[in-house]
Amino acid sequence: MAATLLARPLGRRTARRAGPSWQRGHGRIALVFLAPALIGFAVFYLVPTVRGLWFSFTDYNLLSDPAVVGLDNYGEVLSDQVFWNALKVTGVYVVFNVATQTVLALGLAVLMERLTRSVMIKAMVLLPWLVPNVTIALLWMWLLDTNVGFVNHVLEQIGLAKQGFLFSPDQSILTIASINTWRHVGYTALLLFAGMQLIPRHLYEAARIDGAGEWRTFQRITLPLLRPVLALVLVVSLIGSFQIFDTVAVTTEGSPVNASRVIYYYIYEKAFTQFEFGYASAMSVFLILLLVALTLLQMRLLRASTSDLA
Amino acid sequence: MRKNPARLLAWAGLLAALAITLFPFWWMVRTALTGNAHLFNGSYSLLPDDPTMINFERILGLASPEEARAAGGTSASMDFWRYLQNSVVFAAAVVAGQVTFSAMAAYAFARLRFRGRDVLFYLFLSTMMIPPIFTVLPNFVLIKSLGGVNTFWGLVAPYFFMTPFAVFFLRQFFLSVPGEIEEAAGLDGASRWRIFWQVVVPMNRGPLVTLAIITAVQTWNEFLWPLLVAKQENVRVLTTAMAIFQQQTPNATPDWAGLMAGATLAVLPVLLLLILFGRRLVDSIRFTGIK
Repeated sequence: MAATLLARPLGRRTARRAGPSWQRGHGRIALVFLAPALIGFAVFYLVPTVRGLWFSFTDYNLLSDPAVVGLDNYGEVLSDQVFWNALKVTGVYVVFNVATQTVLALGLAVLMERLTRSVMIKAMVLLPWLVPNVTIALLWMWLLDTNVGFVNHVLEQIGLAKQGFLFSPDQSILTIASINTWRHVGYTALLLFAGMQLIPRHLYEAARIDGAGEWRTFQRITLPLLRPVLALVLVVSLIGSFQIFDTVAVTTEGSPVNASRVIYYYIYEKAFTQFEFGYASAMSVFLILLLVALTLLQMRLLRASTSDLA
Repeated sequence: MRKNPARLLAWAGLLAALAITLFPFWWMVRTALTGNAHLFNGSYSLLPDDPTMINFERILGLASPEEARAAGGTSASMDFWRYLQNSVVFAAAVVAGQVTFSAMAAYAFARLRFRGRDVLFYLFLSTMMIPPIFTVLPNFVLIKSLGGVNTFWGLVAPYFFMTPFAVFFLRQFFLSVPGEIEEAAGLDGASRWRIFWQVVVPMNRGPLVTLAIITAVQTWNEFLWPLLVAKQENVRVLTTAMAIFQQQTPNATPDWAGLMAGATLAVLPVLLLLILFGRRLVDSIRFTGIK
C-alpha cells in the first residue's frame, strides 16, 4: 500500500526534468529517504496489525496453520470469567496508579516550581523512571519481603503488623500500582513542571500583590491554567497504565489466584504459555478498542482545553 | 520573614520526596555489598555490616562455584558480564538504526513533496495507538519462521528501522529549520542527500542526541520482546537475566544479595547517562509526553 502511494509520482518524473530539482516534486529522492523506514513500518507495524486481526478469527497454536473459526474467539472472550476479572483488576490498577501518581506529582511539581531550579534535583527525581521496570520490581520485592524486607521491619518497629503486600490477595494489585506510582511520580512531576513554565509570571505577581496565599494561588491560578497540560498528562498516564506487564511478570505472575492477573499479562499467558494465539489476539482487539476509546477521549479533552487557553 | 516557616516546611516536603525516591537505591547498593550470611542476621543498619564484593564477583562469574555456594548463592553460573554486554549491543544497534532511518524518513515527511505524503504520515501516526502486545504476537511468529529466535538480528529487527514516535519527534524539529538555508544549499548545486547529511543533521544535533538517549534508555529497559526471542545465554539481556535469576529459586528464599548486585549493574549505566546528559534528559522529558 505504502509502495503504491510512492510509485505514482515516479512515473511522471520526466515532466520535471527542467529547473532546479529541489523546487520540484521529490518522488524519487523521497523513496530513497523513506525506504528503510517503510520496510520497517510495513514488516513490523502494518502487516502485523492486519495479521493480528486475522489471527483473532482463527484457531492458531503456532504448530499447525491457523484454522478459521469466525467469531468464536470473541464469543469465548466475552464469556471468559478470567478475562472480565483481568479487566477489573486492570481497572483497579489504573485508577489507583493514575490517581496517586497525578496527585503526588502535582504536589512535587509545585514544590520544585516554588523552591528550586536545580537540575540535580530534577535528575534525582527522574532516576526511577530511567531504571528498568524489572530492576524496580525486584528492588521493591526485596524491600517488601514478608520476613526480612525493610518496610516490614519499619512497620514492626513502629508497632504495626507485618503485611503480605505483593503476596496478599487484598494488597497485591494495589502494591504493584504503588510501586509504579513511585517509579512515575518524578517523571510526571517534570511534565507538569514544564507545563507550569507556560503560565505567565505576572499572574503570580498580581496574586501576591492582592495578598493571595499559596493555597489560593494554586487553586485560582496554577490549577486552572495547568488544565490543558494536566488533561494531556492524565490521559497519557492512563493509556500507559493500562499496559502494565513487566512488574506483574517479575513479581506475582498474576497470583494470588487471579488477584494481580492484569489484561496484558493474561494475553501474554494465553499466547506464550498456552499457545492460544487466536484467543490472545481476540483479547488484544478488545484492548485496542478500549485504548482507542481512551485516545478519542484524549482528543476531546485536548480540543476542549485549547479553547480554554485562548 | 513570616514566610520562612512555610518555606522551611516546603523544603522539608521536597527533601522527604527525594529521600523516598532515593532510599530504595541506597538499600539496593547496601544489600549488594552485604554477604548473604549477614543479610538475615536481623541488622537493618544503613551501612553494610561487613562490606564485601563477593556478590558482584559471583554474578559476574569471577568467583568459583564453591565460593558462590559458600556466599549463599545458587551454584548455577550467572554470567552477568555477558548479559551486560548483550544489553549494550542490543541498545547500540537499535539506537544506530532507529535514529538514522527515522531521521531520513522524518526529513522526507518534513521537507520533500511527493504524492501520498500526508496519508502515509497519518498512517505512521495511527499505529502509535496500537498497543505493542497486539503486534508482538505476529512479530514473534514472523521472527520465529525466519529463524531469528535467539539471534541478535531477531532481537533488534523490530526496533531497527523506525518507530512512529521517533519519526514524529524528529519531523517536528526538521519542520522548524528555516527553508532558506536548504534553498541556498540547493542553488549551490548540493543534492537533497548532501543537504540532509551536511546541513540538516548538523543543525539538529540536539534533538538527534535527545532521541538517541531516549531510545537507548527504552531499549535498555525492554523486557517482553527479549523475553520471547532472546532466551538463550548468547543473546540474553540484563532485564530478562534478572527475572530468570529470581525465578531460579521459586520456593526457597531468593538470593537477594546477588539479585541486588545485578540490579546495581543495571542502574549504573543509567546513572552514568544521567550524570553525562542530566540537563538534556530533564529538558527532553516534556517531548516524551506525546508518546
